[in-house]
Amino acid sequence: MGNTGNVVIIGASHAAAEAISTLRRAGWPGQITLIGDELELPYQRPPLSKAYFKGELEFAKLLLKNEAFYDKAQVNVLLGKRATKLDRQQQSVMLDNGESVFYSHLILATGTRARHLPVAGHDLPQIKVLRTRADVDDIKSALPQGGKLLIVGAGYIGLEVAASAIKNNIDVTVLEAQERVLSRVTGEHVSGFFQKRHAKEGVDIRLGASLQSFVNQGAKAYAKLGTGEDIPFDCAIVGIGVVPNVELAQDAGLACDNGILVDEYARTNDANIFAVGDCANHFSALYRNRIRLESVPNAVAQAKTAALFICGKPQPYNQLPWFWSDQYDIKLQTAGLLSGYDRSEIQGDPDEAKFTVSYYKQDKLIALDAINAPAEFMKAKKAIIEALSAN
Amino acid sequence: MSKITFIDYQGNQTEVEATNGDSVMEAATQNDVPGIDADCGGACACATCHVYVDAEWMDKVGKPGDLEADMLEVADGVQDNSRLSCQISMSDDLDGLVVSTPESQY
Repeated sequence: MGNTGNVVIIGASHAAAEAISTLRRAGWPGQITLIGDELELPYQRPPLSKAYFKGELEFAKLLLKNEAFYDKAQVNVLLGKRATKLDRQQQSVMLDNGESVFYSHLILATGTRARHLPVAGHDLPQIKVLRTRADVDDIKSALPQGGKLLIVGAGYIGLEVAASAIKNNIDVTVLEAQERVLSRVTGEHVSGFFQKRHAKEGVDIRLGASLQSFVNQGAKAYAKLGTGEDIPFDCAIVGIGVVPNVELAQDAGLACDNGILVDEYARTNDANIFAVGDCANHFSALYRNRIRLESVPNAVAQAKTAALFICGKPQPYNQLPWFWSDQYDIKLQTAGLLSGYDRSEIQGDPDEAKFTVSYYKQDKLIALDAINAPAEFMKAKKAIIEALSAN
Repeated sequence: MSKITFIDYQGNQTEVEATNGDSVMEAATQNDVPGIDADCGGACACATCHVYVDAEWMDKVGKPGDLEADMLEVADGVQDNSRLSCQISMSDDLDGLVVSTPESQY
């Protein structure tokens, strides 16, 4: 370890690329070490269920920064290695190959993993999750032309993959336990709009579906439903949400509660350890609540916050959460969090595929969904920040 | 390969080589050019890759599409030569392109 310190980043994705860029730009003089359990340099994840799935983008185009960037920033890049243990006394990270790396500052950017589906047959080889580039390659190689894809869970990932796969002439069935799609992230108007569109494109969406088990029979695998129906598939993707990867932090005694708890500077309860992105749970001054976000903009902004703090240039993190999803030619942009809304208002015409839904809590605008309405989305971001900051 | 020069709000220049077919935003982020955030990674969803196209290049770069124009309508500091750099695709025609970046992205 050099006498100027070593910032170690665990997790090689969006947050890591941003942290490295900000550290060097803000003048971090010491070492930087990047540890990632995948084999690739940090790459863009959102296109995995969209352009990359459809085969429109080659992998090289997904890299967030080119290789030269990491050389120039003098980053010690350790890929294909998993961090197995933190020793906060020694300030070291143990790796799965037995090596240890010492840190002066540690940034945990460990992300999330797919939630487990607790039904019989969940471990059949045809049943996959979609988190990484390797996952997508694996899924695609399991799907012949005209093959049958089963998607469990009608969230963002499930629906984006459904839209991508059906355009590639794959037969798609989506099972959703709730009575509408995207129920966790949007209101009824937007759910209804997406259900209609997917149905029109030929996706078979089963709402209120009760999945009992998976079985292998002959060449095909089947999903057995509570109704007695068997749905055959070549490949199934389980997209029923994610759980934050907090075990490293938790085992080291860091405070966790639905994510690793951090303050507005991305600091954990250990002064030398920061947590950012999907694995972190921060206090949002805007929503006056602790929140854990699954979003690229949040990961990037929190990474910047942690890096600036390490460089002695603290800037509190207080961004409005926002999200987007591309399905077919539809762009959904969501500004803010709609949790707890008591009234919603639709503007525009869903039949024209251009409308917005505003969500209010006690007459205060807290969130907005914009369907093919980017200007309204941009305006709403400002309006929501104003509404939440008032009083 | 085509060359792009980025000029930040303080006048610092960064030159990068872009692969034809890549967007100006991709060339900027891959080479860690300051002043372009590109939060959404090129989905035309965030307006954080806003650039000002040098006057000499305006005709060749062309006007924004409908979606992009809508976003620009409400972004901060928009001028006649504003574009979202994720929507400008590099080609031999644009070899030598010069763009400026704003002090901060929306």
